[in-house]
Amino acid sequence: MTAPRTLPPPASDRRLAQPERLPLLDVQGVEAAYGPYRALFGVSFSVPAGSAVALVGPNGAGKTTVARVISGLLRASAGTIAFDGQEITRWPAWRIARAGLVHAPEGRSVFASLSVEENLVLALKGVNHRAQAEALERAYGAFEHLARRKDQQAGTLSGGEQRMLSLAKVLALPRRLLVVDEVSLGLAPAVVDEVFDAMRQILRAGTSILVVEQHVERALALAERVVLLAHGRVLREGPTAEIAPEVSRLLPTGAGTLNTSPAAPQQPGGEPDRPEAE
Amino acid sequence: MSQFVSFVLPGIPYGCAYALMAAGLVLTYQASGVFNLAFGAQAFVSAVLFTIAVRAGWPGWIAFLVSVVLAAPLIGVLLEQVLFRFTRTAPPLVKLVPALGLLIAIPSLVQLVIGTSARVPSSLLLSPSEVYFHLAGSPVSGEELSTTVVAVVVIILLALLLQSSGLGLRMRAVVESPRMAELAGIRSERVSAFAWGISSLFAGLAGVLLAPIYPQVNAANFTALLVAAVAAAAIGGFASMPLTLLGGVVLGIVQEVIAGYLPSGSVLSSGLRPAFPFVVLAVVLVSRRSLRGAQPSLGDPLAGCDPPPPSLRPPARMAEVAIGSRVFAGVLAALLLVTAAVLVPGNWEFTLTQGLVLSVIFLSITVLTGLGGQISLCQATFAGAGAFAVGQLAAHFGTPVLLGLLVGGGLAAGIGALVALPTLRLGGLSVGLLTLSFALVADNVLFLYSWSGGGGSGLSVPRPTVAGISFASSSAFFWLVVVLLALVSLAVRLLGAGTTGQELAAIRGSEIGAASIGVNVNRLRVVAFTLSAAVAGVGGGLYASLQQSVSPTDFNYQFSLVYVVVVASIGIYTVAGAIEAGLAYTVLLQLIGNLPSRYSSLLGLVFGLVALSYVRHPEGVVEYARIWALDRAEQLARLLKRHEQAAGS
Ligand SMILES: Nc1ncnc2c1ncn2[C@@H]1O[C@H](COP(=O)(O)OP(=O)(O)OP(=O)(O)O)[C@@H](O)[C@H]1O
Ligand SMILES: [Mg+2]
Repeated sequence: MTAPRTLPPPASDRRLAQPERLPLLDVQGVEAAYGPYRALFGVSFSVPAGSAVALVGPNGAGKTTVARVISGLLRASAGTIAFDGQEITRWPAWRIARAGLVHAPEGRSVFASLSVEENLVLALKGVNHRAQAEALERAYGAFEHLARRKDQQAGTLSGGEQRMLSLAKVLALPRRLLVVDEVSLGLAPAVVDEVFDAMRQILRAGTSILVVEQHVERALALAERVVLLAHGRVLREGPTAEIAPEVSRLLPTGAGTLNTSPAAPQQPGGEPDRPEAE
Repeated sequence: MSQFVSFVLPGIPYGCAYALMAAGLVLTYQASGVFNLAFGAQAFVSAVLFTIAVRAGWPGWIAFLVSVVLAAPLIGVLLEQVLFRFTRTAPPLVKLVPALGLLIAIPSLVQLVIGTSARVPSSLLLSPSEVYFHLAGSPVSGEELSTTVVAVVVIILLALLLQSSGLGLRMRAVVESPRMAELAGIRSERVSAFAWGISSLFAGLAGVLLAPIYPQVNAANFTALLVAAVAAAAIGGFASMPLTLLGGVVLGIVQEVIAGYLPSGSVLSSGLRPAFPFVVLAVVLVSRRSLRGAQPSLGDPLAGCDPPPPSLRPPARMAEVAIGSRVFAGVLAALLLVTAAVLVPGNWEFTLTQGLVLSVIFLSITVLTGLGGQISLCQATFAGAGAFAVGQLAAHFGTPVLLGLLVGGGLAAGIGALVALPTLRLGGLSVGLLTLSFALVADNVLFLYSWSGGGGSGLSVPRPTVAGISFASSSAFFWLVVVLLALVSLAVRLLGAGTTGQELAAIRGSEIGAASIGVNVNRLRVVAFTLSAAVAGVGGGLYASLQQSVSPTDFNYQFSLVYVVVVASIGIYTVAGAIEAGLAYTVLLQLIGNLPSRYSSLLGLVFGLVALSYVRHPEGVVEYARIWALDRAEQLARLLKRHEQAAGS
């Protein structure tokens, strides 16, 4: 076990307490690095089937890296990731996507040279013609703004519109697990509300969600569980009700860094952000 | 009318081959962002294999299966897997250099394996010379018939495939961001491997179809085919398949019709026919709006998954190591010079002088590409302009060579500026292609007149005399070259260190970024081309004076390609890199010259293959080795220091 000593009871005990909620995604001791720059140091947590989990932490904590490792964009250098009972640690990204785990990456993740509609059609790969038409309709229904710009090149959309398109791509079809990174980035507050409503809907329809979000309250309102990440390690993990106060204390609203009051545990291993020779 | 038809018909096989090759170019460009100039070499390989197999008595269709259906895609997929997969999101230069390396290395390899003996190519399907029927009074031969039929069938198949499977859309997605495509469940690797396989098949097919037109299977013919195909692809905006195909066919036909109507015997009629596609390419590149910037350099939105690339700027060294390496380099250079002057036998002195002269020409690439990040595939043409100026001035006005060098440099500079003007606002790939077409036009037309390249026999050029001292002897000339090279090197260093150098570094990094901090990008591009062409012109003039004669073939476009490949593989960012490249090239050339003639292509193979490493090590192999050695030296120095401290305390 690589987690700090100050953790509440280990994850396995809690899972025993709720035997009916098998984890859909199980991340165990994952480490990851960008070339010589190490970013994750033994991250473990799980996403129970049918539930939403919030992944929060200060800037540079490694949230995006966790999302990338899960969806196969970045290879874990150690540890295992299991999805739906299968180990997917070494699977290529396309295979993970086809298994029903979709990832909406941070930022403007659209194909800039393709039209809005072409972007959506690509995201709807593998469904028949009718289902595709329906899904397109749903997407345009959720984001009316996009409907008016069907044939526009995605690269010429405004920043917020591009963000809408990236979310529309992953919300168009029901999936097993949705990993969204920085939902509200660049979106007007009203649109953020709509997006969170849409996520609640698909959650009710059976999709599990792992959500990374800077607006901690919003994320906590949606999620049943919270994982607090800092310096590439899991600091706290547990049901929202239990650890929300602690998370709010460690990660005050608007703070870009961890609140290092005396109660916050010091990181073992010194400065993890510094490049280390391979 | 019947005369017109008789001119059109021979153009059809050319047109079909151009169209096929162009379709391949567009397909790979769309699917992997690489403009694969190596298709010329791949077409050559298929043609050679086909010819060998048929000569060995294999039935035509088996030979076809093996050389085109099997070998061609295999080569393409192999290249994609081991090389071009890594260049997908790289800047244009990084994509171009390995392709050029292959364009040179592959034919060299083939020549090495099968020797230089001329091979009479065989034709596919029908017997080439037999006349099957007449069209408006003109005979239609088996050659024309079979190329047309095969090309049309293959193209229809491709169109059906792209239409029905949504593959076109997936390809466009993959080229923009293979990783984001994977997030949508698309197997990016497969999509690009498939595109490479299909387009290499097209290239191979074009090669086999076109081979019988030429008297022998010769790599140069296939490079010409390649450039014509590039022109066709440009007509289609590097994107539209129908326009590309149409462009290819029309180009082939118009080229023959022009040749038919021009008066025979003039430079224009003999030169314009081969040069016509290049002229079209130049016109299309400059005039088509959609090609401005060609491939939108939007970048992969998921590039953040990659670790940061190593910096090109050499790391700061410990003072001891920095000083030590300078002293070492200085001593080494001095030793080399002294040995060269005292010990080296006569023919090697010539080789070394040649290497240093070439270094001057190579420094022009350091200026343009190393400092300014611009691509040019006509540096040999600039050098040629300088060389011919020196020769003509000496022949007609008795102008001293050193003065001639200045004028030649000035003339080349003017041409450089003129070439730079139409490239303004063009993207890297288009600039490369435009300069290539300029080089080809110069080879085929401009340099053939007696007032420029001296006509068929070339020009004779004297060795310089300065203030009564003659530099005619080879050792005197050697020292003159050493001094001139030192001066040019110094100038390049000063240029790099000064304000202009910093602005050039800015546009090398990002033209848009540079413009946003107030750098006049257009002016700088012209400046870079002008200065670089001036350096090349001086180098070319020196080269002519060294050889004591010069002819257009000395500055053929192929040299431009070879120059870029050689400098990029040795080290394009430093003055030392250019000098090492010049010496390495001529010394290797001399060594290989001592081997039996079948090994003459070893040089192209060596540098072509080294250029492939450019993808990983854009700083060049020698520079890479130097950094490696300095790293080790630094480690050692640290160790020693620690030892000392430990001993002291
Ligand atoms: N491509 C990369 N190369 C090197 N280091 C990287 C790269 N991408 C991220 N990192 C480093 O990895 C660490 C984790 O980054 P990550 O993007 O996962 O943080 P994050 O939690 O998503 O932050 P934010 O809230 O700012 O989005 C950071 O220290 C970052 O500097
Ligand atoms: Mg992030």
